[in-house]
Amino acid sequence: MSRQNLTRRGVLKTGAAAGAGLALPTYLSAAGHEGFTNAPSGDTVTLGFNVPLTNAYAEEGADELRALELAVEHLNGGGDGGMLQTFSSKALDGTGILGKKVEYVTGDTQTKSDAARASARSMIEKDGAVMITGGSSSGVAVAVQALCQEAGIIFMAGLTHSNDTTGKDRKANGFRHFFNSYMSGAALAPILVDQYGADRKAYHLTADYNWGYTTEEAMASSTEALGWETVNSVKTPLTQTDFSAYIAPVLNSGADVLVLNHYGGNMVNSLTNAVQFGLREAEANGKKFEVVVPLYSELMARGAGQNIAGILGSQNWDWKLENQLGARYSGTNAFVQSFGEKYGFPPSQAAHTCYVQTLLYADAVTRAGSFAPCAVVEALEGFEFDGLGNGPTLYRADDHQCFKDVVVVRGKENPENEFDLVEIVEVTPTEQVTYAPDHPQFAGGALGTCNNGA
Amino acid sequence: MDQIIVQVLNGLDKGSAYALIALGLTLIFGTLGVVNFAHGALFMLGAFCAVIFSRILSLSHEIVDETRTDFLGNPMKIDVPYMHDIFGPELGASIIDWAVPLSILFSIPIMVGIGFAMERGLIKHFYKRPHADQILVTFGLAIVLQEIIKAFFGANPIQTPAPEAFTGSFDFGVLLGFDPLTIMYPYWRLVYFAFAALIIGAVFAFLQFTTFGMVVRAGMADRETVGLLGIDIDRRFTLMFAIAACVAGLAGVMYAPIVAPNYHMGMDFLVLSFVVVVVGGMGSLPGAVFAGFLLGILESFASMPAVVQLLPGINQIVIYLVAIIILLTRPRGLMGRKGVMEE
Repeated sequence: MSRQNLTRRGVLKTGAAAGAGLALPTYLSAAGHEGFTNAPSGDTVTLGFNVPLTNAYAEEGADELRALELAVEHLNGGGDGGMLQTFSSKALDGTGILGKKVEYVTGDTQTKSDAARASARSMIEKDGAVMITGGSSSGVAVAVQALCQEAGIIFMAGLTHSNDTTGKDRKANGFRHFFNSYMSGAALAPILVDQYGADRKAYHLTADYNWGYTTEEAMASSTEALGWETVNSVKTPLTQTDFSAYIAPVLNSGADVLVLNHYGGNMVNSLTNAVQFGLREAEANGKKFEVVVPLYSELMARGAGQNIAGILGSQNWDWKLENQLGARYSGTNAFVQSFGEKYGFPPSQAAHTCYVQTLLYADAVTRAGSFAPCAVVEALEGFEFDGLGNGPTLYRADDHQCFKDVVVVRGKENPENEFDLVEIVEVTPTEQVTYAPDHPQFAGGALGTCNNGA
Repeated sequence: MDQIIVQVLNGLDKGSAYALIALGLTLIFGTLGVVNFAHGALFMLGAFCAVIFSRILSLSHEIVDETRTDFLGNPMKIDVPYMHDIFGPELGASIIDWAVPLSILFSIPIMVGIGFAMERGLIKHFYKRPHADQILVTFGLAIVLQEIIKAFFGANPIQTPAPEAFTGSFDFGVLLGFDPLTIMYPYWRLVYFAFAALIIGAVFAFLQFTTFGMVVRAGMADRETVGLLGIDIDRRFTLMFAIAACVAGLAGVMYAPIVAPNYHMGMDFLVLSFVVVVVGGMGSLPGAVFAGFLLGILESFASMPAVVQLLPGINQIVIYLVAIIILLTRPRGLMGRKGVMEE
């Protein structure tokens, strides 16, 4: 027998909760009416760190949060100052931002666009965040960037690699430091041809969302331009864990290279399956079968273990850059030292890009002398800087994309420890990965005008 | 033809996992009448038993190598497993290598204990509550369990490799007269299929050929009459819950080398396993096993590139599509009994 739970008290409680939810202020009427949304009025300023703490990219999110907390510490004058010592701009002095102590709030994007928008909205409306950063998925980045544009908030994207973020979905209030799919293709293709030959047939397995599409397009067009042929490309659901049904037909497809346009847990599982099905030992078309992972990460390499050995891919940054390639990448060691001392292991590229984005925002506000989004946009557009670990870098005004060197890496055959899983094969210079703002892979979008909000 | 054989083989190992989870689910439903949404979490806990046991075997002490430095420039610390100290480097390495099969022994008492604690500690209080309450409480429990695992092990998948002897693939093509390398199938997946067949056979034999099993079957058919005969059916059903938990756990242990365990893997299997139970027929053990293999193989076929290109997205909906068709034509599922969940 089931019990009827409809009571007067229950109805009242539900009604009160629903009423409270509906009564939440909208961001257009949020605190601060000094010409822009959430203008800081006291002696503190609040930043919003919107990172994935659950689901497929949670490990990246946790590392981003560590770096963001470290950035706040350094901005407020704590610790050893990290990259503030090496940053080419000397506007920041460890006294917060424009003399206001930096505070932060965090939200969980859950690696889902709707959840990410909800948590960003909450940080803007309830906590008065003046800038949102973080995130580890292009689907999330595009969604949150659009929200920030509407709300009149600056969005400093975290780890997002799809061309769309600064392509068809670019927004005036959004900025990306991380590299993109096009850059991965442009950096990787010549090395793939050099290592595996020009007569190769590629089979793509692609994550079924915007990042997967642009990465597949970039890898296919870059490799085809150098003589490779794309024999097939198959979309795989983001929620897939066992890729055997997708991997098994690859050997008989006529392909001799498998390109895994997968990231995070997807990549760990698809690569593991590829190894289990003997692809690494197989031969096809009289050549050794090869596997390529366009977007690498140290955290993913740790997940994939021995399976990653010998596999080529690209990264935005690597913690060994300055030690191995010299002072061009200054700032790397300062960041690794601060992060390593605090947390006991080296930072990932997700951590690095979020840390740098926070410093770049703080610096832009300081140079502009205002938290107003349009002033920050003006300070960041066309900004050239150095000393943040990637070498000389430009924040291009046309699309708010950073242009800098791209790191090509390979899984190490005999890693000495769990942090030393990838080796740097080559650093591709900025010129080789630079493209015109109206390049077809980025077409269909416009920055529009910056929005100060309220 | 070779592609069809490859996909049938692929479907078998996934079907084995579905069948093992669905077997436990339907066993619990058939005996206790509880819709257990935490069953996927038990599969996940089983996989993490393999992870934990691997880590226990790999427990190490640090030695400092002054000749090398770590990433901060300090002297390098190197981990030396205690197993190497106790059994020597070679035997020690072999024991660590065989961690997953050995963890079966470790996981049986743990999973039985967890199953017993779950049933006595939580689920028994929900026997007389509506199915909706049971679903909510077990789903909540599943979330709690996965968050506990996440807190301890992080969110990234954890590689738990099969023993060295089972890495690589078996060339079925040569065996069946095809060209070499046309039908490759990983050794461990063959082991998994054989293991699943063994466990399913053992559960059926236990229920069919033991007095205990006979009483349980009688209880499933008519609980009140068995109770009136003076048999403590509740105690037996508690044990069946523990056995079902153990089956799900063992399915997880052996699945760890196939898909690297992560805290969310239970949820990935849970929904599909429920579809398997419903398609097989609520409370029907052979139905669960048959539907598990059937849907596993169908899912494999739907993921073939040729099929996906012809019908985009079919790989993600095929199981639900087939479930709808089967339920429209056979509302009680393939082997469902009259009266179950129909009151």
